[in-house]
Amino acid sequence: MSAQRRVVVTGIGATTPVGGTATETWDAVLAGRSGARTMEFDWVEKYELPVHFAAQIATQPSEVLTKVEVRRNDPSAQYSLIAAREAWADAGAPEVDPLRLAACIGTGIGGVWTLLDAWDVLREKGPRRVFPLSVPMLMPNTSSAAVSLDVGARAGAHTPVSACASGLEAMAYAADMIREGRADIAVAGGTEAAVHPLPIAGFAAMQALSTRNDDPAAASRPYDTGRDGFVLGEGAAVIVLEEYDAAKARGAKIYAELKGVGMSSDSHHITAPEPEGAGASRAMLEAVETAGLTPKDIVHINAHATSTPVGDVAESNAIRRAFGSDADGMPVSATKSMTGHLLGAAGALEGILTILAVHHRIAPATINVEDLDEAIDLDVVRGEHRKLPEGDIAALNNSFGFGGHNVAVVFSSV
Amino acid sequence: MAQSDQEILEGLAEIVNEETGLDTESVQPEKSFTDDLDIDSLSMMTIVVNAEEKFGVRIPDDEVKNLKTVGDAVSFISKNQE
Repeated sequence: MSAQRRVVVTGIGATTPVGGTATETWDAVLAGRSGARTMEFDWVEKYELPVHFAAQIATQPSEVLTKVEVRRNDPSAQYSLIAAREAWADAGAPEVDPLRLAACIGTGIGGVWTLLDAWDVLREKGPRRVFPLSVPMLMPNTSSAAVSLDVGARAGAHTPVSACASGLEAMAYAADMIREGRADIAVAGGTEAAVHPLPIAGFAAMQALSTRNDDPAAASRPYDTGRDGFVLGEGAAVIVLEEYDAAKARGAKIYAELKGVGMSSDSHHITAPEPEGAGASRAMLEAVETAGLTPKDIVHINAHATSTPVGDVAESNAIRRAFGSDADGMPVSATKSMTGHLLGAAGALEGILTILAVHHRIAPATINVEDLDEAIDLDVVRGEHRKLPEGDIAALNNSFGFGGHNVAVVFSSV
Repeated sequence: MAQSDQEILEGLAEIVNEETGLDTESVQPEKSFTDDLDIDSLSMMTIVVNAEEKFGVRIPDDEVKNLKTVGDAVSFISKNQE
């Protein structure tokens, strides 16, 4: 395996509920700032939604994109374009043969705004008024297509869809493409724009959302005994992955190495996590093994931790099942406490936060953990950030999705 | 109420600008939608439907292929306005 191509992160970009860029997002996370706020839309009252808040995007796409770009792209694609352009510029817009450049952008839901707006137009005004770009705007691959067009990627444009694991699966898929020699550079991440009454009503109907309407900023509280569901978020997070030798040769800034990938599926229940965490723990162990590391090398975990009563405990069990007492040495951050749950972009955003944690050697504090649930058998970082050790370090990012999808990725210092 | 050709041209320019981002000044009667303004068939359909709404005309699909220039569209709308 010594000849295996290594994959490194050379650019990052994000547009999230706590910041219009990756740097703004990281700073907000370090400041412990929540992105959740009361929704001002008339449809909240109109449809009597039980949830009145969400972690809405901090910077409107119309402030960044042209009018035509906004008009011709579903909000999910708009977010992905913004994040991808930031990441690409951050990487120094590397010179690359388009045939060696890939784009992998995952999404959980796709173009839900376009789909339902077009449905309204059809019912109210008839088929002739349906926007001709409706189909390419609502398809789930609209974002990977838009990004591949934007950066000129011709090695492949892929759209992993695995609910809330999509964004991290896209990064994992892109890393595999580079490792296997199918591409030299990939733009990879996730996007979601589902702060829309239908997904909110659907998630609320399954009692997955927090209903802490009187205090949105305190609603996302992973690991706290008072947690009552996740806070819906939106946005996109995208990285540039590059073959190590080429990155080094061009003098690229290298944030971290994407060192190992593990994936599994539960085949247990369409939404409930397997309570013992067998599938999730397999993914974590596989990520560590494919990284050529042992559990003792992992100094930090960015957990999936959505703030649901069942899910947080299941992940804690899975981490213990995978790593046993070695998990004592893995401080865990649940950054959804600040960003909310970006669904198909969540894994990608937390991927970036894991990359930055390794790069800056800081594990961010989880907010809103006032009364740690005793069922959570983890070293939860809270109150203050945790300094990570000097020397070679590695961190694990977990991402799970409805359907029993488990994705784990190890990022390491270079 | 029928509009003058100039008013139709200005209205059409706004629609084209909205759809493509092209400067309204560049939408002139002699310009070809495809060759000069680089408008593809999907954008053309959007422009047609928006023009129907704005000017209160019906532009049949069969007619669209005859509207090669901005001027063609202006005169079609002008002739068919109520």
